[in-house]
Amino acid sequence: MIDMTRPEREPGAISKTVADRLKRRHAAERRFRLYGIGAIAAAMAILLTLFVTIVGSAYTAFVQTHVKLEVFFDPRKIDPEGTNSAEAIRGGDFGGIVKASLRNRFPEATGRRDKRHLYDIVSTGAAFDLRTMVLENPDLIGATRDLWLVAGDDVDMLVKGKMPRDVPETDRRLNDRQIAWVDALSADGDVEMRFNTRFFTAGDSREPELAGILGAAVGSFYTMLVTLVLAFPLGVATAVYLEEFAPKNRWTAVIEININNLAAVPSIVFGLLGLAVFLNVAGLPRSAPVVGGMVLALMTLPTIIIASRAALKAVPPSIREAALGMGASRIQTTFHHVAPLAMPGILSGTIIGMAQALGETAPLLMIGMVAFIVDIPGGPFDAATVLPVQVFLWADSPERAFTERTSAAIVVLLFFLVIMNAGAVLLRKKFERRW
Amino acid sequence: MTGQTAAAATEVVASPEEIREVKATAREVGVFYGETNALRNVNLDIRKNEVTALIGPSGCGKSTFLRCFNRMNDTIDGCRVVGGIMLDGDEILAPNVDVVHLRARVGMVFQKPNPFPKSIFDNVAYGPRIHGLASSRAELEEIVDSSLKRTGLWDEVKDRLHAPGTSLSGGQQQRLCIARAIAVQPEVILMDEPCSALDPIATARIEELIDEIRQHYTIVIVTHSMQQAARVSQQTAFFHLGDLVEKGDTEHIFTAPRDERTQSYITGRIG
Repeated sequence: MIDMTRPEREPGAISKTVADRLKRRHAAERRFRLYGIGAIAAAMAILLTLFVTIVGSAYTAFVQTHVKLEVFFDPRKIDPEGTNSAEAIRGGDFGGIVKASLRNRFPEATGRRDKRHLYDIVSTGAAFDLRTMVLENPDLIGATRDLWLVAGDDVDMLVKGKMPRDVPETDRRLNDRQIAWVDALSADGDVEMRFNTRFFTAGDSREPELAGILGAAVGSFYTMLVTLVLAFPLGVATAVYLEEFAPKNRWTAVIEININNLAAVPSIVFGLLGLAVFLNVAGLPRSAPVVGGMVLALMTLPTIIIASRAALKAVPPSIREAALGMGASRIQTTFHHVAPLAMPGILSGTIIGMAQALGETAPLLMIGMVAFIVDIPGGPFDAATVLPVQVFLWADSPERAFTERTSAAIVVLLFFLVIMNAGAVLLRKKFERRW
Repeated sequence: MTGQTAAAATEVVASPEEIREVKATAREVGVFYGETNALRNVNLDIRKNEVTALIGPSGCGKSTFLRCFNRMNDTIDGCRVVGGIMLDGDEILAPNVDVVHLRARVGMVFQKPNPFPKSIFDNVAYGPRIHGLASSRAELEEIVDSSLKRTGLWDEVKDRLHAPGTSLSGGQQQRLCIARAIAVQPEVILMDEPCSALDPIATARIEELIDEIRQHYTIVIVTHSMQQAARVSQQTAFFHLGDLVEKGDTEHIFTAPRDERTQSYITGRIG
């Protein structure tokens, strides 16, 4: 039935109605675009703030205050017996040499307490540096050299302007005399900022000026390696089987629901599972990247499976039909045609999962990767920590100088994440094909 | 053009019935999608070196029937085929039949051109490669060359065999798919509306090609275009709502249909 009650309109009247509405439709579209631009601007602003804050407080950690002192390599302290053997040199009292240099420079420090305060100007790490120098070049024994030594963390903070000078003495980590000494050194041009190589070559330390990120970075590397080796083949194989081979029945539906649920399980639960199964039942070493990698692999698996299945689903069925119609077996269809086309998606999913795992902290706390470890791990079975846990540990440390190092560690972590994501984009570009 | 084909068809009909050798025989074929009975009791003989057209309105089961010949219905979950199809005396619907082998004997061309996102050469060489039909690179090149020549694509692509197959035009892509199908020397080629995504010129080119290659192959084609069925086929089967309503020589079906539904369909009253 045609509705005859609708009034007849003048020719052109409809066009006018449409035109009137058109204005509102265009306005809605413009508004929506504005919202979009606003959302992007807000996101960019937040991101920029984050970067500026972190980098702003991190960049000072990449330089370190050094002080110049005249160092006399006293044979009586280094090698009292005069054997000149490496063993004897290793046992030498290099701390005493540094202290003697300081006393030499500031003879006015006489009392016990004064001397102790004086010694705080130079880091305890300076003695190790001297020892390394002498071990490399034993001819130094008996010589006198002007050397740049690592300053203590409080002096570093003072020089970087992060320790206020105008507060009462008791509220400062350095007293007035120590500040006067530093100022005296500074006035003679004997205080200098130098690139903080140690930050990139050392493991963790209780002394902020000696602490480095390399131990955590290497720990992260081994952990990620184990995660990748376990999660990638398992995840992709699972996805390929479920998507291309498995019959669609109740069992596969149950498995699919479980995988999706696993992706939503809080990561600390995986840590507890790792603690219970890998450490307590399997007896694997505590704090080791191999266990961390296994735990993170469990956590990453659902991400990789879901991303890979989505990538496989996105391959047009016509490609499968073409291959099957040619008499390709299912495995040939999958590996000659479907998997290569899904590869960009699979790889991006994997890298996103890995990036997530790289930033994961909670499950690693459960399996002991939060321990204070000075040595740089030599393999996946050595005790280690990882970058985000290092951030956590330093953020938790009371020394003021750890604040900037925390930020610096975050910068390093973000750097690796950016590298990984850039890798994902590149792989995508490389493997992407049109059909 | 229709006149020419009709003349050719008359010749075929004029020849004695006995010499028309049967290539495949469908007996009591039925297809179920879950509980839905999409196709019922189809009996049809496919004759060798002829083109059999399956026509009918959308959803009538003609594509479903076509896909029984190379067991492509196996790939659809919940799809069940009953009855029997004999191909040169071999039962192909039996569960122990190796579908990989069957699909080497029965090639297929799909509705939408679907070349692999690989080079033109690799597209055609894929079938011979997986079935191990060429023992040397030279032999493989020979197969690719002759397949492309037979589909008339050779002159158009000989200078860019390593360009992606997807860079060709729609009509060329479909001919590439036909070249890919005939590269493994199948006995039967199934075509599921091969021209529905093509313009009239490309369609005419494909129709010519079908007529040429039927000398060597047996072809079953599903088409929505009755003109196409009339132009290219020697035998036509009309499907309606899952039943094979009428089958016979193309000329008879289009000039003197026995069933009222066929009459209505070919004159455009149902569809």
